[in-house]
Amino acid sequence: MNINLTLFGQMVTFAFFVWFCMKFVWPVIIDAMEARQKKIADGLDAADRALRDLELAQNKATDQMKEAKQEAAGIIDQANKRASQIVDEAKNQARAEGDRIKVAAEAEIEQEINRAKEELRASVAGLALAGAEKVLGHAIDDKAHRALVDNLAAQL
Amino acid sequence: MAGENPASTTEYIQHHLQNLVYGNHPEHGWGFAHSAQEAADMGFWAIHVDSMLWSIGLGSLFCLMFLRAAKKAHTGVPTGWLNCVEMIVEFIDGAVKDSFHGRNKMVAPLALTIFVWIFLMNLMDLLPVDLIPSLLALTGVEYQKIVPSTDPNVTLGMALAVFIMMIYYSFKIKGGGFVKELTMHPFNHWAFIPVNLFMETVGLLAKPFSLGLRLFGNMYAGEMIFILIATMFAAGAGAGFISGGLHAELFGEQTSALFWLVIFALVCTVCGLNLKGKISTGKTVLLSMAFMAIGGGLFALGGGLMQWGWAVFHILVITLQAFIFMVLTVVYLSMAHEDH
Repeated sequence: MNINLTLFGQMVTFAFFVWFCMKFVWPVIIDAMEARQKKIADGLDAADRALRDLELAQNKATDQMKEAKQEAAGIIDQANKRASQIVDEAKNQARAEGDRIKVAAEAEIEQEINRAKEELRASVAGLALAGAEKVLGHAIDDKAHRALVDNLAAQL
Repeated sequence: MAGENPASTTEYIQHHLQNLVYGNHPEHGWGFAHSAQEAADMGFWAIHVDSMLWSIGLGSLFCLMFLRAAKKAHTGVPTGWLNCVEMIVEFIDGAVKDSFHGRNKMVAPLALTIFVWIFLMNLMDLLPVDLIPSLLALTGVEYQKIVPSTDPNVTLGMALAVFIMMIYYSFKIKGGGFVKELTMHPFNHWAFIPVNLFMETVGLLAKPFSLGLRLFGNMYAGEMIFILIATMFAAGAGAGFISGGLHAELFGEQTSALFWLVIFALVCTVCGLNLKGKISTGKTVLLSMAFMAIGGGLFALGGGLMQWGWAVFHILVITLQAFIFMVLTVVYLSMAHEDH
């Protein structure tokens, strides 16, 4: 129970152990613990971020799908419209072509008629003269009556 | 081992409370003290070899064990010893952060050292009081106190080191403010300076002394109770209720330490078998009690139970005392850092 040198011995020992702990033990352990804490916090953060990213990506994908569907519907609509348009156009074209062909045919027919008429005209005079010659029993002065008959034919 | 008469019981207790002292005796010169009187005659220039060696040993154990953990510290999943160390470090760190608000890198390691070191020193209290002293007595070491914290030199030494730090940081942080704190509180008038100085100085000095003496008192009282309970073994050894006659037949008046080791080994074996699941707990208790009764009679049986009970309670005391010493140190240093 005597107070003696042990007191100072203990003080020195104490100071040494505190120094040792402060130098080699505490900072190492506390740094490792803090680093681990940071690592865990970062990991949790990353997980959160990944979750958020996933959600965003999913939203984006849904949006894109919706957009694509809309686009597809638009394209189909347009195609349908275009198809009916083409059909209409074809119809019109066909009608026009038909009309044209009809007109051409009519013109040709007219032409044929006219030609037939010309031919008829050309031959009618001769025929009429031949008929008249037969009726009259003698030759008709071709030169004298030609003008008369031509005149007649022109009236046809 | 002490006999049954009061004088030798007192001797036994005093023997247990005597440190192994090395110092300069005025008549015999440098050497170990061979009695309490010789130790007292050595005065201040002597050293308690047992206290110093045990405390340095335990402090080194603390440093090495924690250094091992620090070497292995990594940022992955902690396992085993590292996990345990990290739990302690986190606990200390939390306690320090709660009560210390200044900025000082030294306080947390200081708190860790104080807590673990004092805990280890107190833990020596749980070893049977006679075990190591009797073993060392066989090698010729006369006195041995294995619990350093029952030595006021040790506890006051630590408290004084804390006190020096308090003074140092008070001056470093507050400078003249510390002087003002000592002279102008609690009465803020120049005429009261002597009164203030007296009161504040007493208050300041009370801190390290209460710090050191609290730990010392608690541990000393705990050790004392262990020794007192141990005297029951001694009494039982001489007058064993069941086998006192057998003792006298075998060993005469003085029971051999070997006999106690045999009983100790038997009880340990029984407990070990129980831990391995070979025998039931009920049988373990009965067998242990039987061995104790055979070894020392009913006194020893009662003593054994009381030792066990007090040891269980003492686990609480040693942890609490280590914690209180640490927290108070941190609080005192925090006060030294607070600038008004």
